[in-house]
Order: sequence, then C-alpha cells, then structure tokens
Amino acid sequence: MNGALIFTEKGIYCPAGDFYIDPWRPVDRALITHGHADHARSGHQRYLATHQALPVMHHRLGDIQSQGIAYGERLKIGDATVSLHPAGHIPGSAQIRVEVGGEIWVVSGDYKVTDDGLSEPFEPVKCHSFVTESTFGLPVFTWPSQAEVAKDLNQWWADCVADGKTAILGAYSLGKAQRLMKMLDPSIGPIMTHTAVEATNAILRAQGYALPDTIAVTQDFDAKAHKGGIVIAPPAALGSNWAKKFGPVSSGFASGWMRLRGIRRRRAADRGFVISDHADWTGLLSEIKNTGAENIYVTHGYTDIFTQHLNNIGYKAQVVPTEFGDTDQDSEDAA
Amino acid sequence: MKAFADLFQAIDQSTKTSVKVTALTDYFRTASDDDKLWTIALFSGRRPKRAVTTTQLREWASEVADVPLWLLEESYSIVGDLAETIALILPPPHTRSNLSLTQWIAFLVELATLEPEQRKGRILQAWSQLEPTERFLFNKLLTGGFRIGVSQKLMTRALAKAVDQDEATIVHRLMGGWTPKTVTFQSLILDDDPTADLSRPYPFYLAYQLETEPEELGQQENWQAEWKWDGIRGQLVLRGGQHHLWSRGEELITDRFPEMARSLDFLPDGTVIDGEVVAWDGAQPMGFNKLQQRIGRKTVPKKLLKDAPAILLAYDLLEHNGQDLRDAPLRQRRAALEALIAPLPDDAPVRLSPALHFNHWQSLTDQRATARDHKAEGLMLKNLDAPYLAGRKKGDWWKWKLDPLTIDAVMIYAQQGHGRRANLFTDFTFAVRNGDDLVPFTKAYSGLTDAEFRKITQWVRKNTIQRFGPVRQVTPHHVFEIAFEGIQKSPRHKSGVALRFPRMSRWRHDKPMSEANTLDDLNAMLETYG
Repeated sequence: MNGALIFTEKGIYCPAGDFYIDPWRPVDRALITHGHADHARSGHQRYLATHQALPVMHHRLGDIQSQGIAYGERLKIGDATVSLHPAGHIPGSAQIRVEVGGEIWVVSGDYKVTDDGLSEPFEPVKCHSFVTESTFGLPVFTWPSQAEVAKDLNQWWADCVADGKTAILGAYSLGKAQRLMKMLDPSIGPIMTHTAVEATNAILRAQGYALPDTIAVTQDFDAKAHKGGIVIAPPAALGSNWAKKFGPVSSGFASGWMRLRGIRRRRAADRGFVISDHADWTGLLSEIKNTGAENIYVTHGYTDIFTQHLNNIGYKAQVVPTEFGDTDQDSEDAA
Repeated sequence: MKAFADLFQAIDQSTKTSVKVTALTDYFRTASDDDKLWTIALFSGRRPKRAVTTTQLREWASEVADVPLWLLEESYSIVGDLAETIALILPPPHTRSNLSLTQWIAFLVELATLEPEQRKGRILQAWSQLEPTERFLFNKLLTGGFRIGVSQKLMTRALAKAVDQDEATIVHRLMGGWTPKTVTFQSLILDDDPTADLSRPYPFYLAYQLETEPEELGQQENWQAEWKWDGIRGQLVLRGGQHHLWSRGEELITDRFPEMARSLDFLPDGTVIDGEVVAWDGAQPMGFNKLQQRIGRKTVPKKLLKDAPAILLAYDLLEHNGQDLRDAPLRQRRAALEALIAPLPDDAPVRLSPALHFNHWQSLTDQRATARDHKAEGLMLKNLDAPYLAGRKKGDWWKWKLDPLTIDAVMIYAQQGHGRRANLFTDFTFAVRNGDDLVPFTKAYSGLTDAEFRKITQWVRKNTIQRFGPVRQVTPHHVFEIAFEGIQKSPRHKSGVALRFPRMSRWRHDKPMSEANTLDDLNAMLETYG
C-alpha cells in the first residue's frame, strides 16, 4: 500500500507516472508547486506547473521546457492522474494531487489557509496521504488577522512620515512583497520598490494580478523627490549601502518569525510585523483534519515536534527529510 | 500596565540607544511616582516575591490553551523564555484591564497571601484581561527574572535626564539594598542624603581589554600593574560597626563569605575596599572551581569553609575614615590602602593584591607570561594619576589577559539554539581524535558570526546522521578552533577534562578532520596548564 508516491534522494517520486514533485536534484520530469527557489530548482529536463506560476519560473530559471496546467484540470501521466489545486502561499502556488489506482496523495508544497487578497485562495483537497510542511509547527505560532497587521503597518508608515523618515520594509521579493503592497494605504505616500521586487511586479501585473502603483528604485533614482514614501526591498538590502540613498530610515521586517521576540531582536529591524505566507499552528492542524488523510508526512520546519503531536492525536505521521526551506539566503527568517 | 507595556514596546522594538533613552525619559517624566519607582526597581534587578512556581504556571497555561504540557515544554525550549511562551500560546483576552503597573504588583503581593487554588483563579483571570505584550510582562513579573533589554546604564541615563541630575549621582543612589517597600521615589532619587543607607556600595570601575601593545600607554612609571585574579570582584563596605560584601552584579554576598566578618577586627569604621574574592590556600589563590563551590551556597558548611577558605585581595580604597576617596588619584588611594592593609597579620581576611615591580614595559611583558604560575589570568594596568570612575570606561584601566589556550576539534553533535537564535543550530559538541575514535570533550555556543551560524545550520540539516530528540549527530567533518581560559581534571566528563569558558574562535575551513588535535594533545595540555 501507499506506493503512489515514494521519498527518494532526489525528491518525492511517483513510480506510476515517472515524475518527481519539487525535486532537489536534476530529473527528467518535475512537477513544481510554486516558484520559490527551494521548490523550483534549475536543471530539470521538463517542468509542469500552473499557468499562473510559470511566468515567474521562466524569469528565474531562464529557458526551461515547461508545460502549464489550469487549477483543477486533470492530467494523465503514465498510470497516475494529476491535478493542481490552490495552496494560497503565493500567486500561482499549488498543492499537487496524485491519484494512482484509487489511492490519493496530496503534496502541499508550502501553504497558507487564510486568504491574503492576492494569491488564489487555498482549497482543501481530500486524500488518503498528505505531505505537509511544518515551518511554523509549534503552538506559539498563531497569526494575528491581516487587517490588524495592516493597521499597524500603515500606522508605522504614517509615523515615519511624521518623523521625516523613509520607511523601508524587508520582504521576500516573490509573494510577500506584493502581498504587503496590497496591504498598504496609498493615501499615505508613494510605494517604492527595489528592482528585484519590481521585476516580479512587472511579471505579475502582465498576468493580470492587480497591484498598486509603484516606483522602481533605479540607478538614477532621486530619493528627495519621493519624500514620505515606503520602500519594499529584499531583506538583504536592509542596512546595505543601497539603503543609504534614502537618508534617515526606519526599517521593518515582515515574517512569521517576527512572532518571536528573540528573532525580532536578532533581525535588529526597528519594527517586526507578523505576516507569513505559511500556515500557522491552527491552520496546519485544521487543514490536516480537512484532508481526511490518515497518513501524514511532514517535510520541513519543526518536523519532530509536529510529527509527535500528530501521532499523539491519532494520525499516522512520520518525518520525511527534504531539502526544502534551506537554500535561499534571501529567505532567511523571511517565511 | 498599558503605559509600561508601551514603554517596553518602544524599547524592545528599537535597536537605537537614543530611541530607548528618549522613550524611558518620557516615561520618567510622565508616570506616577509609584510606577516610576517600580520601573527603576525592575530594571535594576529588584522584583516582587514569587507567588507561584513556574511548574504551576506551565500546568495552568497548558490547561487554558489546550496545549499538552510536553508541547509547551518543547515550545519553551525553542522560544527560550517561559513568560513569552505562555503569553503566545494563550487564547486572546476577553476583556481589558486598566490597572497600573503598581496595581498589578499589588495584585501579585496579595496573591502570595491567598490559598493555592485561589491563586490559580486569579492568574487565569489576569491572563484573560491582558494583551499579549502586557501578558508577557505580567508573566515576567510572576516568574522573576526581568531582563528585557534595558541595561541599568541606559535606565540610569534616562532617569538622570528626566530629573535633571548628574548620572554618576543617580548610579550611586541606585546602589545598595533598597526595595520599593523601604523607599519612595522622593527619598531614593530626589532627597539630599545619599549616605542614608549604610550598606550602599560605590559603582564599580570596570576595565576594557587592552588591544594594543602596552608601550602605547606611554611612560611606564605612570602605570601600576597587578595580577588579574580569577575570582569574583567584590566590594567590602565597613560602616556603622557592620560589614557588607557586594559582588559586581550588585548582589549582597555577605552571608556567603562569613570570613569577612573578622575584617571589622582589623580595619576602622568608614572603610570601603575594592578587591577580588578568591579561595586562598595560604600562599596563593586556589583554582576558580574551588571558589565556585562557595558561590552557590547561601550558608556555608564548616567543611567547605576549611577546604576553600575565602579572602579578599584588596586593590583599591574607595572610602577612608568615612571620606569618599574616589576623586583622589590612584597613587594616593594606593598609599592609603597599603598603610591600612600592610600591617595586618597573615590570617586577616583581607590581603593586599601586590603591585608588580617593573622598570620597563618588556619586563612587564615577561612577567605577564608567568601569570598562570601565579594563578592569575593576566595583568591589570591602572593609571596612577586617575580617579576611580563609575562603570566601564576607556583610558585609565586596562585588563591585559593572557591569550587563551586553543585546540582544534571536530564537531560531532549539533542542537538548535533558543531565544535570539531560535531557528539556527548554535549549540555544538566537539571531539578530539583518539586513534579511529572521536572523544567528545566540550560544548561551545559562541564565537561564530550570524552568517557563519546560518551556514553551519544549512550544513547540519543536510548532514544529520541520527537524531536524539533535539540533538543531531552530524557527519564528522568540520574542524573548529576552540579557545578556552583553563583546563582541569574532571571525572564527570567522558574525556576526563573540563574547560573554562570554551568558545569557537575560528572555523578551520583549511583543516581536514585528520589534522584535528588528539586526546594525547588534550592530556598534554592538562599536564601543563591543569
């Protein structure tokens, strides 16, 4: 039993369809949950992802051979039937459902259960076996509502304007950055973006995602002409030479890790905002329940503790070592 | 509590000293006298008596949050702070409370008078009325330790600004054994009698490590050199026929060192001496581990008094015949100190820490190299013309420690840190080679940069061989230089040795595992330095 998917050195593998899901070593055929670097790696012969995820993957991985698929569309690969369903993590992100001879598996990739107003909202999918992440698989991680955080965020920005400072917000350039833009109140001032963020903006806008107006911080950018603004940049740009052009700044950092005081202090930003693109403790548990799955495979995060808890409350759970969650320097603490 | 929580948040959210001081100053200008006094007390390590045990808090929080106890414990080990862990797992508050900081502390004081079952009810009620930040602070008050990123120095600076007084005066006023019960804000900070408290010590003068060659300090005859002892810095206060011994952490340690009571027989009233408490074998200090047996004991059994007798090695005189001597130059203070201590018999609990004789810097450099033979960590250099300052100041006092001992070791186990380092691997176990075996001999947690910790964290994730709960056994591969201050025999450790202050001084990317040090090397070091 339970042979529809197996865990190999290269990644999660489906023998019936001869394909991998988010593999970390080069393979012939890769199904990709979303465009973040630890899931969509270079070097595979063929890629399959949602239509919405592909443009960013092309931008990041260059000239790859790819096939797009609509959410919910069923595709036969060998003896397996495959479909992709919204994971709510970032635009275009998907959970991958694999059915072989009546046995159903779902690989969550990274997911978030609440609607962020930008990503295709998460859809629960029934299955027998569920492969889940556990980035925030501890009961101390519960998220405040997005509306609450948006209020704090805009208040901070307005305070910065009043103090004559530029607000600079560190966020992962695909997903988190755009989500934050949508949370900002444009009546406070202009929104400026690092070119890494703006490149992603351009791709998403072309796909039809509605984003607020932004001003790219290019070489000849004149900071004085945009007083009272907020800058969105990759975390690594905070405190760098690049940030000096804005004069006096107040720095903010948006991530689920900001829930913990110790990590807020290590980050040493002026403000930490608890905003994550991953499910919190409550979200993980409710979603696992909703799948109806009996077998749970836990891939990355607080895997040992989360797995033990799942076993204690009646699931058959085990840890699956993967290389998700630890490749991208830029994503350090940014989850 | 809201004003105090806002203050905490303003301080905690910023990394800039100026922002923290401004927030504190504003608070000290606007809060009530009672709240101010309690804030000063909390930020200087004074706190209300504990009314509940942390075990009870864990159980109650586990129950209210519907989180099993083991899971709460696991979360705690990652968060690194019980007060925070509980604040985070509890459900959101139902209502809001308007009690002030002082009122909440009164609530805690009253709690101690109630039956255990009533205490539980009160605490659950408090939890349901407080926002997460307030709840965190409330839990901090409940659990004791109130270290929340405001140094006493910062608090003192803000307070001095708010009441428009000299910072050094405020530092001195805050020293000693007061509590919010024994003083008022008025009497502690504003009234004109800083000697009201006979036990009150002076702020300690602290030295920086000398980073240059001593020649750069100028003329050698303007400097005094002493051994840098490896004990506890202490200040002995003799006033009003009583003696008080203070540690550098401003802890009263009089009862732990009953030997000092006899100092009253030898020294006049109105004397305050700065020195080092050491365990003494009659001729020189015993190892720090001997003294360590004394530190933890509030009452000292007779046998221990005999095995590890303590004395104060005196190096400065701060008060003489009731006169504050701190503004006098060191040469004058030293002369007065020598006149006081030199005539004392050998069995007196206070002895003079000798000034070393040297005609040129090179002679001092040579003497420093023999520090370990004198059971010292190195030298102290003090400007003979300088007054006794308050706090850590550059220029007149320098510690010139010996270079640490080092050994190249192989990392074999890794564990995640907590608190500030919650999602990084930071706690490592190191081994030396013994034939084909690896023998673990020390743990180390510090010394790497954040970037290095991130790098090793990624490596650990990919090179885990086996897990033992939170501990991961990793492929033996990486070699680190471990620096330490001393080495001693220890039957409690598998390797037979214990290191003092081990830390990672360098990640030896250049060394393969085969070139790491061996158990024989370690034993040779034990032979030489143990």
